[in-house]
Amino acid sequence: MALKRRRSMKDARGESALFQRRALAGFVLILLGLCTLVARYHYLQVQRHDEFALRSENNRIKPRAIPPARGLIFDRNGVLLADNVPAFRLEVVPEQVPDMKAMLAEIGTVVPLGDDDIETFKKQLKQNRRFDSVPLKLHLTEDEIARFAINRWRFPGVDVVPYLTRRYPYGPLFAHVVGYVSRIDADDLNRLDADRYKGTSHVGRSGLERSYEDTLHGEPGYELVEVNADGRTQAVLETHPPTPGKNLYLSIDVRVQKAATEAFDGRPGSAVAIDPRNGQVLAMVSVPSYDPNLFVNGISKADYTAYMTAEDKPLLNRALKSAYPPGSTVKPFLALGGLEMGIRRPEDTVLSTGQFCIPGQQRCYRDAEVGGTGVTNMVRAIELSTNTYFYKLALDMGIDRLSSWMGGLGFGKKTGIDLLGEAEGILPSREWKATRSKYPWFQGETVIAGIGQGYWNVTSLQLAHATATLAGHGIPYEPRLVMATAAVKEHPVPLPNPPTGPSLIRKPHDWDVVNQGMEAVVTGGTGKRVFIGFPYVVAGKSGTAERFSRRSNEVDNNKNTAYLAARHRAWFIAYTPTEAPRIAVVAMLEAGAWGADDAGPIVRKVMEAWIAATGGSVPPKSAPEGVPAGPSSVPEVPEDIPVATPADMPAGPPPDSSSTAQPDDGGNP
Amino acid sequence: MIDALQDRLVSFLRRLMKRPRIDLPLAFGLLVLAGVGLTTLYSASGGSMPMILSQAGRFVMGGMLLLLISRIPPTVLRSWTPWLYAGSVALLLVVAALGEVRSGSKRWLDLGVLSFQPSELLKLTMPMMVAWYLHPRQLPPSWKDIVTVGILIAIPAGLIAEQPDLGTALLVSAAGAFALFLSGMRWWKIGSLLAVVGGMIPVAWHFLHEYQRNRVRTLLDPESDPLGNGWHIIQSQIAVGSGGLFGKGWQHGTQSRLDFLPEHTTDFIFAVFSEEFGLVGVIGIMLLYAFIIGRCLWIAMEARDTYSRLLAGAIGMSFFVYVFVNGGMVAGMLPVVGVPMPLISYGGTSAVSLLTGFGVLMSIHANRKVHD
Repeated sequence: MALKRRRSMKDARGESALFQRRALAGFVLILLGLCTLVARYHYLQVQRHDEFALRSENNRIKPRAIPPARGLIFDRNGVLLADNVPAFRLEVVPEQVPDMKAMLAEIGTVVPLGDDDIETFKKQLKQNRRFDSVPLKLHLTEDEIARFAINRWRFPGVDVVPYLTRRYPYGPLFAHVVGYVSRIDADDLNRLDADRYKGTSHVGRSGLERSYEDTLHGEPGYELVEVNADGRTQAVLETHPPTPGKNLYLSIDVRVQKAATEAFDGRPGSAVAIDPRNGQVLAMVSVPSYDPNLFVNGISKADYTAYMTAEDKPLLNRALKSAYPPGSTVKPFLALGGLEMGIRRPEDTVLSTGQFCIPGQQRCYRDAEVGGTGVTNMVRAIELSTNTYFYKLALDMGIDRLSSWMGGLGFGKKTGIDLLGEAEGILPSREWKATRSKYPWFQGETVIAGIGQGYWNVTSLQLAHATATLAGHGIPYEPRLVMATAAVKEHPVPLPNPPTGPSLIRKPHDWDVVNQGMEAVVTGGTGKRVFIGFPYVVAGKSGTAERFSRRSNEVDNNKNTAYLAARHRAWFIAYTPTEAPRIAVVAMLEAGAWGADDAGPIVRKVMEAWIAATGGSVPPKSAPEGVPAGPSSVPEVPEDIPVATPADMPAGPPPDSSSTAQPDDGGNP
Repeated sequence: MIDALQDRLVSFLRRLMKRPRIDLPLAFGLLVLAGVGLTTLYSASGGSMPMILSQAGRFVMGGMLLLLISRIPPTVLRSWTPWLYAGSVALLLVVAALGEVRSGSKRWLDLGVLSFQPSELLKLTMPMMVAWYLHPRQLPPSWKDIVTVGILIAIPAGLIAEQPDLGTALLVSAAGAFALFLSGMRWWKIGSLLAVVGGMIPVAWHFLHEYQRNRVRTLLDPESDPLGNGWHIIQSQIAVGSGGLFGKGWQHGTQSRLDFLPEHTTDFIFAVFSEEFGLVGVIGIMLLYAFIIGRCLWIAMEARDTYSRLLAGAIGMSFFVYVFVNGGMVAGMLPVVGVPMPLISYGGTSAVSLLTGFGVLMSIHANRKVHD
């Protein structure tokens, strides 16, 4: 009611007049405000114009990124595996180039450019400020540098700039481990932190170079530089140095790695050696290999095609990515599982007659030897690789317990090594089959899983990991290639690698039984020819896996080695010394006739090189009996931590090793 | 049903095309301004056609919104006002509760297809609400009305400042305050209110974020921090100052082209303009802004009722706040606040919300008093 009264009292004409006065006053205020602005602009643009014009002219002090030096990579003794060496590249400061298109077209006649060079350059151009220099072509040859020097006047804003490029002194030897860096490409620019990579031209592409990119890269610094009208640096006013990347120390010994590679003699395959006490990788080899140096500054099309079309796939890291049926090498692991689960006692025997039939079924499974091995206990079954024993053990264990036990040893999953792209392999299990087949699990599949056939697929790395876990009395460690990192001018700091769990072995005696069986393999079983004259007691197991499934039950009497090699893959696993294992080795030949005869010698050579490299002084009993080198001995003994050694330390064995190194006295067939 | 709706829509559009009831001088001023904006953007962006096209697209979209809103009579707008105000404040609360954080402040509401800042809505609904409140009252307003309006302004302004978005909070409060000013609030009341506000500045300082305080500190002494906060201010002043009387010429501003000037397509685009067109250009554009604001006030004076008058006047005057705050910031006279130069700075929401506001003005113009 009151409102209505007030409304009726509203003086419309008076309000309108009041508003007009206010609007006018407001407009005057606004004009005053705008005049204040203009006055300020007049002050800046007229009164202080000279001062600001000068400052604009002198505004040539620019921040410039200084890329960090990439961390170096050493072997366990400080032998340089990845080095930075000076080289020259062509760089462009975009704001100084009057016509980018014409420049790119013209400079190609002086320094030949590839399409990749131009594409990456254009992409980088967009992501940088106009006064940041962008690399156009890397690794100029002397000839190119000379030709550009003569023509430099034609290309303002383009210059030859020194930089550090990567070099791998050992070439193919470490290609599958260390990997390589290559030029940052258009895709990398999308994923990398632009600020951190300002001025950096290379990025880790494979191997440790890739998995440790963050550690190796370092942090860029910057300098404030004064440039002249052409953009050429006149003076450096201030420098904030970059922080170089950290150096890596591998646990691999160059000499062991070399011996392992040479042992293959060019035959495709892989070998991995692991220290069971801490998971450190002592050698990791995939044959054949490639030259990583070719990739650093852009590989030529011809070289690349050659690598890609080569039948034996040199770019493939077999140790990491090739998974094959492990064959009889699974037997010791299975035996241990049988003991641990209480399914078998060591003295339990099986009668091997040459074939094993599942009770109530027609289908039978053969022993390797015609006629079988007779009454066989566990140690003998491992020694002679008696299939029947393990057929029956697998059947008694059942697929669920089998895959759970073997899974605990790391099969069927990534080992967690510090490399990317690891294959998982296949651990036979109901779950695995259920996701791939409409059929249920068959008993026969359990039987052949007991001898490492059927669905089984493992990588050399997985098998080495499992062998190391076994050798280390069941204590699992993730395999590690890098054992320490070191910031510049600082001592290496070991990277911790604690066990991933408690020991898988609850009864120490179980280990002794399996170990006894594996020792017997080397002294009297399938591997007896291989380790004759070897200075330490070795425990081993061979594996010969068929590459094709058999079409018939006929006994194949063809003993031609070349024929068999075409049909078989050869495995050999071993560790030594058995009193206190310090090295576990796995060797795999993609085409090997017999596990022991063909892969065994490779294992022996790796072990010999390792003995020589460690000074030939492996104490016969380095650990108290029955006490495995478990978590209590971590962190490791000082000898495993590399000393800051000068980069050019010779790769040869220590001086005292020649007297103690064991001669290779015909142990190899 | 749908057919009927369609027919109505078609006839509506047809009438729109036939007789757009817009104020030609104001439309002309806006068109010139948009042209200057695109020209400057072309140079500031280094000739980036995608940016030009997307900005032009926003102008077209804003222009269509302008035409659409110009068809809604002010009486209808008035009846919607409380709901629009309440709705936009509610959206602010939603943002405070579950808004998206972008570059450190919580302003955005993600609607799936598009995300927008509800605070932009307040730039229009704020003066509408104040005008709606004062419309039936006896003017000049009493203390009671002034306090009520103060509360109406303080709630959304506080929410926006909390995001934190001081620039928009400032614009929103100014729009409301201008409506109050135009309603004829007594000068002595204005004076005492300003004195109170001035007395509260030390208290407000206490509530500012550290980065906001740094901006004020840097303004007072930019050389103290030449690579950090002061960089914007120094480089912007160098750009403006080196432009001189006639400027370096279109596309010849070295400061922005060499990337010395940060944010040179958005908040600092006026520095590019000043560098390239000089004081002459600055005076020219100030005259253009003055013309647009003057025309807005003219439309307000011709308006039929109190609501329309206050709303039109407040929209016109808050346009000035944009110009003054941005121009002052670029010239190193005011601290760095995220207020764009209207219709020149690159960026979507401000161009669209500004043109929507001008749509309201067009509607008020179309329903002006009939002269005797």
